Amino acid sequence: MTEQRKAVALISGGLDSLLAARVIQDQGIHVEGINFFTGFCVEGHTHAIRKKDRAKPKRNNALWVAEQLGIRLHIVDIVEEYKEVVFNPPHGYGANLNPCLDCKIFMVRKAREWIAEHGFDFIITGEVIGQRPMSQRKDTMPVVARDSGADDLLLRPLCARNLPPTRPEREGWIERERLFDFSGRGRKPQMALAARLGLHDYAQPAGGCCFLTDAQYSAKLADLWRARGEKRYEMDDIMLLKVGRHLRPRPHFKVIISREEGEGNFLKGYKRSFISLTTTSCAGPLALIDGEVSEEDLMLVARLVARYSQGKQEETVELEVSDREGNRRALRVRPMAPSEVLEAWHL
Amino acid sequence: MSGRVIVDCQRLLCPMPVIRVQDVVRTLAPGSLVEARCSDPGALHDIPAWCRINGHRVLATRTTADDEYIVVVEVGEAE
Repeated sequence: MTEQRKAVALISGGLDSLLAARVIQDQGIHVEGINFFTGFCVEGHTHAIRKKDRAKPKRNNALWVAEQLGIRLHIVDIVEEYKEVVFNPPHGYGANLNPCLDCKIFMVRKAREWIAEHGFDFIITGEVIGQRPMSQRKDTMPVVARDSGADDLLLRPLCARNLPPTRPEREGWIERERLFDFSGRGRKPQMALAARLGLHDYAQPAGGCCFLTDAQYSAKLADLWRARGEKRYEMDDIMLLKVGRHLRPRPHFKVIISREEGEGNFLKGYKRSFISLTTTSCAGPLALIDGEVSEEDLMLVARLVARYSQGKQEETVELEVSDREGNRRALRVRPMAPSEVLEAWHL
Repeated sequence: MSGRVIVDCQRLLCPMPVIRVQDVVRTLAPGSLVEARCSDPGALHDIPAWCRINGHRVLATRTTADDEYIVVVEVGEAE
């Protein structure tokens, strides 16, 4: 009796990984999915926070893909280990703070460790030559296989026929002829294959699956590191970078100002970690101060927060300031004029 | 509430509640009960989806008056 071979598929939730896993399943391989959570994954966090969107939560695409395929999905928290990839990517950053090539190497390496631990035979990814400018090029795809230690146990079913045969192909675990030769950034071959396989509902990624590819998010992360004098972050930091307006009026502190009720509620959860302000004489945002502030700084922040409140046209606005211990006091200030909020403060 | 493991997922956003539940479920025998208490409404979809594909059973989901989202899971044989 032929031994049932087992593969683990890196499932991002997008179309490519869905197809890659499906075509290997169709060759009689037992496939399970693995999904790595870095903290920077675009998982509808802002959607989950904003009040207007909460009634219709976004689905988790990786879970959804696994369910479509009828496979198990293992979600692995790599937040701590991943920091080193973000801080010091040996192959450098992309257009923003995205360490795409080292990220892919890291994830395939983790998958390599996982298959060794769980008795699986090989790894599948949905990579396509030329699909991404950094991690999915003809010259960098062998680097991923080599530096991850996966070597010829890494199979890319969607472009395998453009690459040397891997062990699963050489050993006859799967038929190379039934794999594909996709290349380039176009999506038509994948969409045609999806239609052929009867897959009609799949995620349409817009701008990648990672916040680090986002210029504005990367600018805020770079600002955080500059302010701290070192590359360092905790999970709360990277969550807060996704929420509210971020302004740095002075080098030694920044202000995070909620833009709507849901963000305000989310920021309330951090009131014991930051000095916070909210307006009391009118409706307004909740703001957190990241950094140590003098009384003069606090007045500046209060005037800034008042600027974003319903009382921005009023002569004065009253606010409540809470310190990290929950001690509260009132401040009355004149809201800033628009011209006083410098463009350079916005992160 | 006796006999169920409570998993605090307050302030955690997707997929962290799923990961917390997954990590706890792995340590429990089939038939054990896990109650996830979440602040992200997405947990009402994601935890059941994770249970369906991994062979566990959702016994109840509910939303409290304080906007807490509760999912009760019975551990299956798959782990």
